[in-house]
Amino acid sequence: MFRYTKLTAVREAFIWVVTLIWLLPFYFLFATAFKTDQEALTTSAIAPPSSFDFGAFIEVLTTGGRNSIPLSILNSILITAGAIVGLILFGSIAAYVITRRTRAWTNLTFYLVLIAIILPAQLGTVPLYIGARTVGLTGSAIGMILLWIGILLPLSVFLYASFFRGLTTEYEEAAVIDGASPTQAFFRVVLPLMAPATGTVAILAGLIVWNDFFNSLIFLGGSTTQTLPVAMYTYVGGLVSAWNKIFAVVIISMVPILLFYMFAQKKFIQGFGGGLKG
Amino acid sequence: MTVTIERDATRTLTVPPEARRTPRPRGRKPLISYGHWWWALPAIVLVIAVHYAATLTGGFFAFTNWTGLGDWELVGLDNFVRIFNDPTLLGSVWNTLFLAFATVIVTNVIGLGFALAINRTLKSRYILRTLLFLPVVLSPLATAYIWKFIFQFNGPLNGFFALIGLPDLQKVWLADPTWSIWAILLTVVWQQTGFVMVIYLAGLASVPVEVEEAAALDGANVWQRFVNVTVPAIRPSIAIATTLGIIQGLRIFDQIFALTGGGPAGATETLATQVYKQAFSLGQFGFGSALALVLTLIILVFAILQQFATRDRDAVGRA
Repeated sequence: MFRYTKLTAVREAFIWVVTLIWLLPFYFLFATAFKTDQEALTTSAIAPPSSFDFGAFIEVLTTGGRNSIPLSILNSILITAGAIVGLILFGSIAAYVITRRTRAWTNLTFYLVLIAIILPAQLGTVPLYIGARTVGLTGSAIGMILLWIGILLPLSVFLYASFFRGLTTEYEEAAVIDGASPTQAFFRVVLPLMAPATGTVAILAGLIVWNDFFNSLIFLGGSTTQTLPVAMYTYVGGLVSAWNKIFAVVIISMVPILLFYMFAQKKFIQGFGGGLKG
Repeated sequence: MTVTIERDATRTLTVPPEARRTPRPRGRKPLISYGHWWWALPAIVLVIAVHYAATLTGGFFAFTNWTGLGDWELVGLDNFVRIFNDPTLLGSVWNTLFLAFATVIVTNVIGLGFALAINRTLKSRYILRTLLFLPVVLSPLATAYIWKFIFQFNGPLNGFFALIGLPDLQKVWLADPTWSIWAILLTVVWQQTGFVMVIYLAGLASVPVEVEEAAALDGANVWQRFVNVTVPAIRPSIAIATTLGIIQGLRIFDQIFALTGGGPAGATETLATQVYKQAFSLGQFGFGSALALVLTLIILVFAILQQFATRDRDAVGRA
């Protein structure tokens, strides 16, 4: 019944047309970013650039100052990487103890984590900001990394816990009997087997942290430590319809994700469903 | 030595029921020491501080008039009375609900359409899936700028209306009190539809081909097969896609901030933008917290609803 017929070919062609229309915004994005300043102002939005002009990109990447884009890229990379490492480390060891040990407190901790996943984050923002300001962690990369680890840790613990439950205890038992310490057994034997869980945590956390605007705006606002989205917002706010430059910033902010997405799109699509906090 | 993790935890979207229980052998003394007990400490401390303590403190702030500096006092329900007597703030509550529900309806209709269209037999279905999912992984702020360009007065959308001979439809979309919220809706829909599509693709993969074939042999047409075979089978996906979509829709912030900043004249303010403005631009921490409490309660209703909706999924799965 579901054979590939002529009708299917027509359907496939039709869907491609719909998809290309759906993706038309990307055409405007790339067509405009490669225009010269003059061209971006005068030519029609639909017209392709007369030649590939990298002027907008060069200007964006060489403008210094408080909201310099290159500096904010470094900050974003630092904060994203720090958060991912912390989430993998603290999430995996906590989930391991919670799932492998059978005590009342480990059960309780697991419920603590589960409820935190369901609990909406909005109400905590003001107290967290005030707390961070009091101890001097606003406007700092360390503070931002800590905040992200705290926000996303329930997700990380939960994902690791569900993977640990599917793994027999025989591997670490064999390792310990062969003379490994519990720490060695975990980091040398168990964690390497958890690559799918680690990948999911890294992709989810990486996307959420890299793309975040709201938390960075609040916790880094007005400081010299800016992440890319906040620097982009400030930079764009200072440009009046210089769309080639605006789109150059937009493309720069998308490039790292596009690269990862190209190589691991299946993992992305699965991982993204892993859990989005309400 | 290969370890395959059979249960794909990443597909479950929410807390799967088997994770709610902790099935472990009890009474048996563990063979070895599994890690150290204090490995759980950093997680416990951070989760309690960032989630529980902060949320409770925020709930307390909601009943104060604290401005971040100096004295404050408990003001009871004054903040909430103020919210529901201020037309702009009340409007922001309605805008929040409008955006959430409209996003869910539109993304689900289009997302299900995409999923059904590329579900089976197409040769290029994986490429199509990858392309249609792409907007989901991009920054909401960045995608909002692309749409800001499309909606400008001499932008592509007005250009399109001129081209098809309907120049009367041209507008300054983002400065129009009626249409600006629809522009935001379109931007959000474009970004989130791919996610909904993937949820439905996962659901459709579980519909047995045989049942559909049997229905077709019995003379059911495409519409009858969709209503009587496909929809009952993907009911769990519908539950997840709608509840998750509402929760996400209630929190929309970046797109509004980039496209209209809440304007024109507060026409596109939502609770999320108002929380930011009141608490962080105006320094009214007490009042901002009250707005956040309203938003949190609305989200919590749907978050709990989602837990029930997905719990039901297993009942469907087992039946």
